[in-house]
Amino acid sequence: MPENPAGALLQVADLVVDLPGGKSDLRVVDGVSFDVPAGTTVGLIGESGSGKTMTALAIIGLLPGGAATGGQVVWRGEDLLHAGPTRRRRVRGHEISMIFQDPLAALNPTQRIGRQVGEILRRDGVPRGEAGRRVVELLDRAGVPDPVRRAREYPHQFSGGMRQRAMIALALAGRPSLLLADEPTTALDVTVQARILRLLRSIQERDGLAMLLVSHDLRVVAHVAGQVVVMYAGRVAERGPARQVLDRPAHPYTRALVRSVPAVRTRTALAHPLPGAPATPANRPAGCPFHPRCPLARERCRLEVPAIREVGPDRWSACHFAEEVLP
Amino acid sequence: MSALLEVSDLRVSFGGRGRRRTGAFVAVDGVSLTITAEQTLGLVGESGSGKTTVARCVAGLTRPDSGSVGFGGRPLDRAGRRPPELRRAVQMVFQDPRSSLNPRMTVASVVGEAWRTHPVTAPSGDRTTALHRLLSDVGLDAEVASRRAGELSGGQCQRVSIARALAVRPRLLVCDEAVSALDVSVQAQILRLLADLRRTHRLAMLFISHDLGVVHQIADRVAVMRRGVIVEEGATEDVLSAPRHEYTQALLDAALDLGGVGT
Repeated sequence: MPENPAGALLQVADLVVDLPGGKSDLRVVDGVSFDVPAGTTVGLIGESGSGKTMTALAIIGLLPGGAATGGQVVWRGEDLLHAGPTRRRRVRGHEISMIFQDPLAALNPTQRIGRQVGEILRRDGVPRGEAGRRVVELLDRAGVPDPVRRAREYPHQFSGGMRQRAMIALALAGRPSLLLADEPTTALDVTVQARILRLLRSIQERDGLAMLLVSHDLRVVAHVAGQVVVMYAGRVAERGPARQVLDRPAHPYTRALVRSVPAVRTRTALAHPLPGAPATPANRPAGCPFHPRCPLARERCRLEVPAIREVGPDRWSACHFAEEVLP
Repeated sequence: MSALLEVSDLRVSFGGRGRRRTGAFVAVDGVSLTITAEQTLGLVGESGSGKTTVARCVAGLTRPDSGSVGFGGRPLDRAGRRPPELRRAVQMVFQDPRSSLNPRMTVASVVGEAWRTHPVTAPSGDRTTALHRLLSDVGLDAEVASRRAGELSGGQCQRVSIARALAVRPRLLVCDEAVSALDVSVQAQILRLLADLRRTHRLAMLFISHDLGVVHQIADRVAVMRRGVIVEEGATEDVLSAPRHEYTQALLDAALDLGGVGT
């Protein structure tokens, strides 16, 4: 359960997402809880099939058709999962915005960048002249150079990094308080990635924006997040302050992930890798979903689903034997 | 030690109009590199640097405008014109393991096809035993042999791609972002596998990656490419701990490490 309900901008509590599957529904998110306090960055870490993107889509209300949800997504005290479609649309883009890995999929290829950003402003009743000025200002804030000229260009005339900046401008147009960023730098070159991360951090600091950064890349998350939530097979494996979790993991899965990240400036010995592939909702093992890959697994792990529990100050782990993992 | 692979003054351009190909895009602009037997060369650079084009020339999938690729002292032509023994000596592993395998083919037939293409490498005795040994070499259970590629996970597919390459007993493996599309925990497995195989199978490798950390773990030497040119080359330790070229330094500065919170 979220431990500080009063202070959080967003509280995700026991979130469940079921997607229609072949024979029966697939539970892709299974009892996920965490908070995003105002103005902070929370990193949501996971591999494929972990449910991290579905969690973000449930928050912003963009789950695929046929999805069923349970639990709560409490936004400033209001449960969005039970809000009506009009209210959800109002929240989306204005209070909570989202950026994606592939900006081309989010941008309209047939419309000039400036018009796409301006459309959001115009829909909010900003007069035409004023909207034009604000578009240039938004592109400038997102680090698009020569924004007056670039506003008149089309998405295909933008490089990958510039498209990501255009999408950030689009996301900021409605003045949101929370930005959901799903793998925002995964498709980018390292030098561009570093610039986009710097941009996100500076926007966040200046505007007091909260951010939920969804990524498979521990290095990116370590770089920007204050708190992290590690997901595995639709459940939270571990959560806590980023530095502590990465330095002293309280779950064997987190420990293995950390060890598999090679250092750049020094040669690290090849990690002793985890066996097998990440569990997916379609083939989630009984008991602890991580047990077939876990070096610590024993009888109890095969039988009993571990509940997430506090294993230290602000440290939460869903491992029966978290105390053995924590050094 | 004498060179196994010798690339000299390679130039490749794409597009352009007319016989003079005005406005052609120069992807590779005078690249030379050598790999000795059993050595791993890491080729790093950002998108558009030309590293994949170099790999494709080595594998014979792209024809250079000029320059040469030599293997053990013999010229390497396009794949279609290579004598079979040279074609099998250089094998490639691609980034996306799913799209480089036919999803409807069984693992046994993927390997069988490689043996049919290069009959000298086909096992003379029991094929099933040879297939199972090959699968075990790449960390796959024997029961995977009858499964179709489409039913396998990304990591398993990449193991099958590697098995297919190993089946014809190559001397050089060209790995183009071979671990980039994999989950972090699976990436570590495949890296470990490649490192083990190069020892047990005495393989040389041209290992292309945008990830400096991965290259640091696996490569003996590293070459840094930018805009079609190699800007720096040397022993991995030297290049990545004391870079000489400002672009290598910029790449290192931009690369993230795990210890970075709050910086």
